[in-house]
Amino acid sequence: MTYIPISPHERDEMLATVGVQSLDELFDAIPAKQRFPKLNLPPAWTEMEALEELSNIANANENARGDLISFLGAGMYHHYIPSVVDHMLRRGEFYTAYTPYQPEISQGTLQAIFEYQSLMAALTGMDVSNASHYDGATAAAEAVTLAHVQFRGKRNRVVLSPAIHPQYRQVIRTYTQAMGVEIVGENDGLSDVRFSAEDLQALVSEETCLVIVQYPDFFGRVYDYKKFIDDAHAKGALVCVIANPTALALFKTPGEMGADIVVGDGQPLGIPMWFGGPSIGFFTTRKQYIHKMAGRLVGETVDNKGQRGYVLTLTAREQHIKRERATSNICTNQSLLALASAVYLSVLGKAGLKQVANLCYQKAHYAANELNKVKGYGVSRDVFFHEFVLECPQSASEINAHLLEHGILGGYDLGQDYPALKNHLLIAVTEMNSKEEIDALVSVLSEVKYG
Amino acid sequence: MVNALEATSPKVVEPTVFDLSSPGRVGVQMPAPDVPAMEAPPSHLLRSELPLPELAEADVVRHYTRLSSFNYSVDGGFYPLGSCTMKYNPKINEDVCRLPGFLFTHPLQPIETAQGNLALMYQLQEWLKEIAGFAGVTLQPAAGAQGEFTGILMMRAYHKSRGDDKRVKMLIPDAAHGTNPASVGMMGMTVVTIPSDSRGNVDLNALEAACDDTVVGMMLTNPNTLGMFDENVEKVISLVHGCGGLMYGDGANLNALLGIVRPGDVGFDVMHFNLHKTFAVPHGGGGPGSGPVGAAEHLLDFLPDPLVGIVEEGDDETPPLYGFITPAKTIGRMKTFHGHFGGGLVRAFAYIAMQGPDGLKDIAQYAVLNANYLQAKLRDTYKIPYDRICMHEFVAEGRFEGSDVRALDISKRLMDYNFHPPTNYFPLIVPEALMIEPTETENKDTLDAFADAMIKIAEEAKTAPEVVKSAPHTTRFGRMDEVKAARELVLCCWLPEGYDLS
Ligand SMILES: Cc1ncc(COP(=O)(O)O)c(C=O)c1O
Repeated sequence: MTYIPISPHERDEMLATVGVQSLDELFDAIPAKQRFPKLNLPPAWTEMEALEELSNIANANENARGDLISFLGAGMYHHYIPSVVDHMLRRGEFYTAYTPYQPEISQGTLQAIFEYQSLMAALTGMDVSNASHYDGATAAAEAVTLAHVQFRGKRNRVVLSPAIHPQYRQVIRTYTQAMGVEIVGENDGLSDVRFSAEDLQALVSEETCLVIVQYPDFFGRVYDYKKFIDDAHAKGALVCVIANPTALALFKTPGEMGADIVVGDGQPLGIPMWFGGPSIGFFTTRKQYIHKMAGRLVGETVDNKGQRGYVLTLTAREQHIKRERATSNICTNQSLLALASAVYLSVLGKAGLKQVANLCYQKAHYAANELNKVKGYGVSRDVFFHEFVLECPQSASEINAHLLEHGILGGYDLGQDYPALKNHLLIAVTEMNSKEEIDALVSVLSEVKYG
Repeated sequence: MVNALEATSPKVVEPTVFDLSSPGRVGVQMPAPDVPAMEAPPSHLLRSELPLPELAEADVVRHYTRLSSFNYSVDGGFYPLGSCTMKYNPKINEDVCRLPGFLFTHPLQPIETAQGNLALMYQLQEWLKEIAGFAGVTLQPAAGAQGEFTGILMMRAYHKSRGDDKRVKMLIPDAAHGTNPASVGMMGMTVVTIPSDSRGNVDLNALEAACDDTVVGMMLTNPNTLGMFDENVEKVISLVHGCGGLMYGDGANLNALLGIVRPGDVGFDVMHFNLHKTFAVPHGGGGPGSGPVGAAEHLLDFLPDPLVGIVEEGDDETPPLYGFITPAKTIGRMKTFHGHFGGGLVRAFAYIAMQGPDGLKDIAQYAVLNANYLQAKLRDTYKIPYDRICMHEFVAEGRFEGSDVRALDISKRLMDYNFHPPTNYFPLIVPEALMIEPTETENKDTLDAFADAMIKIAEEAKTAPEVVKSAPHTTRFGRMDEVKAARELVLCCWLPEGYDLS
């Protein structure tokens, strides 16, 4: 299937204009030995074949819409996406445009990003938001860079709560491996769910540039970090909160608790799970850190006709101007998904987003209560949002295998990352789980015999 | 703060969602809970207000539809933005990437339940290896810049694993994209800039002088950002390898090389692909992209964690079981989960599958033909500082003797002729650069019309320079006050004052 709109006769005219005899002649600069390799690839599919083949590939998966009842979350959530969202994303005017470098003919993208920035600042309770990062984990890694630069490299320690998503902690380690910062927290005796904020605070010192906590934490627990943040500030450290955006419809904002930076993954805001990506990383902060924040920023201005308009602003922070002195190399970001989040938040609005959060809260608590009644299972009494830790009578992997036989995608096996929690599942419940599904989970789990 | 005298309020062409909000309006509603009412969360943990807009669904659709009409796009017209490969995005890819089996799979579900996705990823790894001549590929990086960061981390880890700790210098040509030095800066390495010679190749004398045992390697974009294939690429690579350095390829310009030459065959050790350029993943108004990285044999152990591999061999009856594997000395994880699967990998897979080996070669040949055709048509009007057969793009100077019209003005004036401007002011080594990349999906009529417009503008620069300097005239929005934006820093809008939040 070709998308080249040039006929043989036009090609020949064009070759003549260029002054060469053949297409091959255009490539004389390429080392002759390696020129025109034969690629060992299958022959081309037509469009009809592609649809057929890709449908087969997609059908070889079991998915949470048609095949499986899902209680799996752990950083990627099965939420309802209003139909409007994808209708807007599928407008070619949006998805086939480039980064809005030419504001006169990019106001659609620019205003949409400006609205996204405004919505994220409102949701997190912060002053400003950038235009996006690749995902929540890379946004968290860039928070480390901001803090490190803020203290000009004089504070070289980062305290990570062990209750941060394990993959976020891995990404932060990858990003900082050549930066000369030391990461403390996860390997300091705080490796299971029972550590306290005081234990974590004890690791914060005059050498700490940044403390990162998660809200709700990886185990779903909702904790008021106000005092924790005040104490860290007293030692001069900055604090970054990784937040779940849906939870922020209900719970106190990290901004209210005094956070300096709020990051997270925007996938719950109208983005499909899509086997893990693409999603969007949001990054909001206080005014005083704008100049050190990575990523693009859209600002309001006027055009020469006196009309309100928007432009990419403070670009002097970015790679194309600062080159090796830029604090981040980010260029392409997640623009279209910023649009998705903006449409999602607009069409649900204040009332709709609260309804989503409330449904998640109610259903997860119903599930936790019912599971807690089953002999051999236990749920802790912490305040949680839509995810909770379920202690099981057998290994989590055996429980999950049993659930899968009944068409249920079980929770996340916490033993993978926390050896002390090898019989524990992280169960996620969203508005997509009906009471009937939750009851089915409870009933299948009740069949699992003790020991 | 805005000076009161300046604060005449601008005309609002399209209100924001906050401006449009009206208390009590509802959009999409959610069902009532079907579980018994649970005890509410403790009130001290709750937020007091949620300052989000209140709109009806039709308000939202009208609003974003109007916004979309303010954008120029590939679907709407010619977009010769150099270095960005703004080719046509096939519509079938939009359909297949949204198949429910892709949309509703969770990245952490058991591999036995996601064999379709994993097989697709495995196959795409194999195809990218074959297309560019590498021994291994990671699909994890989110975009080109993250691919660069991945590759440099791997280069660093390679040297360290050999106990070679003194390598701190990265060689980067002066024509390079800003992400190259910025990626190096993130690692605390130093950048040594290598000049280009008069034919647009790497200056071999300067390169030779910079090569020593403190060199991590070199980052080379080839074809480079002048659109030139480096005529001495083998010599460049042998100099870098000769001092123990590794060769990084910025694959942003791979569109010119499909079926023409494989970077791995020429000696590149590691390279990122931009699926959102070469393989027709739409740019989305600035993302998401997808930046897989290919690696030669000696760098395989350092690839990010995890890769997709075969965890149980198949036989005649049963297909293999695909799963995840961790490279022995991995640099770690670059992002959560498995890369931009749905938006990036599925679309690129579909695109490559529908091209086949011959189709890929056609893409490169016609991309290069189109660029050379435009270059030939503009050569007499615009100065082409590095004038030889170009690859998929070329760079012209947007300035004329005796005129103060600049590249920026030419760009804006092109909008009046209904074209998107080329990339301007990049690469930095060409004054008033206009970097033109037509791609293979444009027909001759469009290229002719664009060349005519460019020639017309050159004439206007002499006869009516004011018209060019005050362009665009026909677009809905005019030139923006960028100084005001940077000075006032209005980065969010809020609900109008007095809005009832209860
Ligand atoms: C030559 C070159 N290198 C690197 C990049 C960065 O790629 P990305 O925007 O996908 O991060 C670009 C993007 O425009 C580019 O043109």
